[in-house]
Amino acid sequence: MATVLDFEAPIVEIEAQLDELRNLPGLNSDQMNKEISSLEDKLAKVRANIYKRLTPQQKVMVARHPDRPYTLDYIQNIFTDFTELHGDRLFREDPALVCGMAKLDGEPVMVIGHQKGRNTKENIHRNFGMVNPEGYRKSQRLFEMADMFKRPVITFVDTPGAYPGIGAEERGQAEAIARSLMVMAGLKVPMITVIAGEGGSGGALAIAMGNRIGMLEHSIYAVISPEGCASILWKDASYAGKAAEALKLTSKDLKELNIIDEIIEEPMGGAHRNHPATAAKVKDFIVRNLAELKTMTPEQLFEDRYQKFRNMGVFAE
Amino acid sequence: MGIRDFLRDKVQKVNTPDQQRKEIDEKLWLKCSGCGEINYHKEVTKALQTCPKCGKHFPITVREKIDIIIDPGTFQEIDENLKSLDPLKFKDSKKYPDRVKAAVKKTGMNDAFVSGIARINDRPVHIGGIEFGFLGGSMGSVVGEKIVRLVESAIEKNTHVITISCSGGARMQESILSLMQMAKTSAALVKLRQKGLGHISLLTDPTTGGVTASYAMLGDINIAEPGALICFAGPRVIEQTIRQTLPEGFQRSEFLLEHGMVDMVLHRQDWKSGISKVLEFFG
Repeated sequence: MATVLDFEAPIVEIEAQLDELRNLPGLNSDQMNKEISSLEDKLAKVRANIYKRLTPQQKVMVARHPDRPYTLDYIQNIFTDFTELHGDRLFREDPALVCGMAKLDGEPVMVIGHQKGRNTKENIHRNFGMVNPEGYRKSQRLFEMADMFKRPVITFVDTPGAYPGIGAEERGQAEAIARSLMVMAGLKVPMITVIAGEGGSGGALAIAMGNRIGMLEHSIYAVISPEGCASILWKDASYAGKAAEALKLTSKDLKELNIIDEIIEEPMGGAHRNHPATAAKVKDFIVRNLAELKTMTPEQLFEDRYQKFRNMGVFAE
Repeated sequence: MGIRDFLRDKVQKVNTPDQQRKEIDEKLWLKCSGCGEINYHKEVTKALQTCPKCGKHFPITVREKIDIIIDPGTFQEIDENLKSLDPLKFKDSKKYPDRVKAAVKKTGMNDAFVSGIARINDRPVHIGGIEFGFLGGSMGSVVGEKIVRLVESAIEKNTHVITISCSGGARMQESILSLMQMAKTSAALVKLRQKGLGHISLLTDPTTGGVTASYAMLGDINIAEPGALICFAGPRVIEQTIRQTLPEGFQRSEFLLEHGMVDMVLHRQDWKSGISKVLEFFG
């Protein structure tokens, strides 16, 4: 059974009615067809109404939807010949971050993305998409390898944040993220980032320094989770809704702040409703921007990325 | 209580009213929050606000930290006019601009970062640091921009860079813009490295979150203040995640040294000589 978010209840109700009608014996009467098509119209309207008016907190729920497409789904729907590459060569493999070689319309590229699980067992294996230092050291290694062999890098961001644990601190979570930023800043190949679900702070940024950044319509990206922000500033995690508004974490906000380049439209009702249709839009974004970046020299690509991040920030002088 | 304290107590009890006596006590004597020993105030000042008995480092301002490191009177501030705006119109229990205003009044600074050009043993350097007293030393757009300008100026004038960190991490009131300062400051250090110039990062109590996870951990040499909390996720966050109490000394400077994250832990009295040696090596 698919997960239903509470504000989606009216949609699900009409869908159930439709299912019931379609399964009735003695179908195909004109009356029946009319009924079905009017319900279908109603469904489209209700869905559009709800999804056009999502509050920031509702977007947080959609971004975290357990049926939302994850990195491996995008890999399957966008690329061919994916070969996963493992390990940081220092400590161990981190399954919360998937890395590998793949082909995009026949061209070799490096793909890197957070990976959440679909159920408890998978989530324990994937650590809920929360990466440890060894994961970031794996991606650093592969960013550098892509750079060495002049292959473009495509990253998919979807994490609650870098893992906050004893081992992570002992092995230098801060250093691992910091070094990742430096490695990405130094790349002389095209890099494209897709904010696909949850953009959770430093753990997201550690793979998100693309020359071009696209963000799925209902994804979120902020410096802290709404719950974390609420518990610090309001001293009460139940203010998460208010914090979600204050943090300006929606794709529309981030486009206005010039943090992302493009909002990637989701199918009506959210990406979780249709993985292939979502992937098609994401692919279009990647292919278009990659073509543009490939006209640049290595030095231009480096400088383009440097200037992009150099200019982020708002202040008075 | 030592005999000196005992006699002083007796004498003062005779001569001064209670309130006045308390004030004199506080001026002359200081109880160490680390070892509990009573220290003569002048001794603590002479030891650069550290406990002469146990070596505990008491908080000082960023300007005091800079003064410990550089040749006296050589600091020329740069970029002092940068001020925070409120691009997100952020409001929790207070409005962000009101928080900034209060911090400006409290610290006399325009934002949490002070930077400039100075000399260390007559060698020119670029040096800048975060003031914790200004909104917990959080890194917003101004702090990020000033760090990048410090690095850019160092590249232009061909000097090494020293940063002094002391921060609760990101400035939540600037959300995503604050996060991007991590990318921006780290990227600037790539350019510094390309020019063959060095970055010495001095991490003081506390250095956490997005500051640790960006430029502060990216020193060619990382130096930690003794006993400082230096981490990515704060102890409270970790305890909530794993539901265990953390071991004694976890995420303190000495722990970081043991785990290979910093090159050395240096007492304030050794900052200048230690940094000078590194600068000499950098050439």
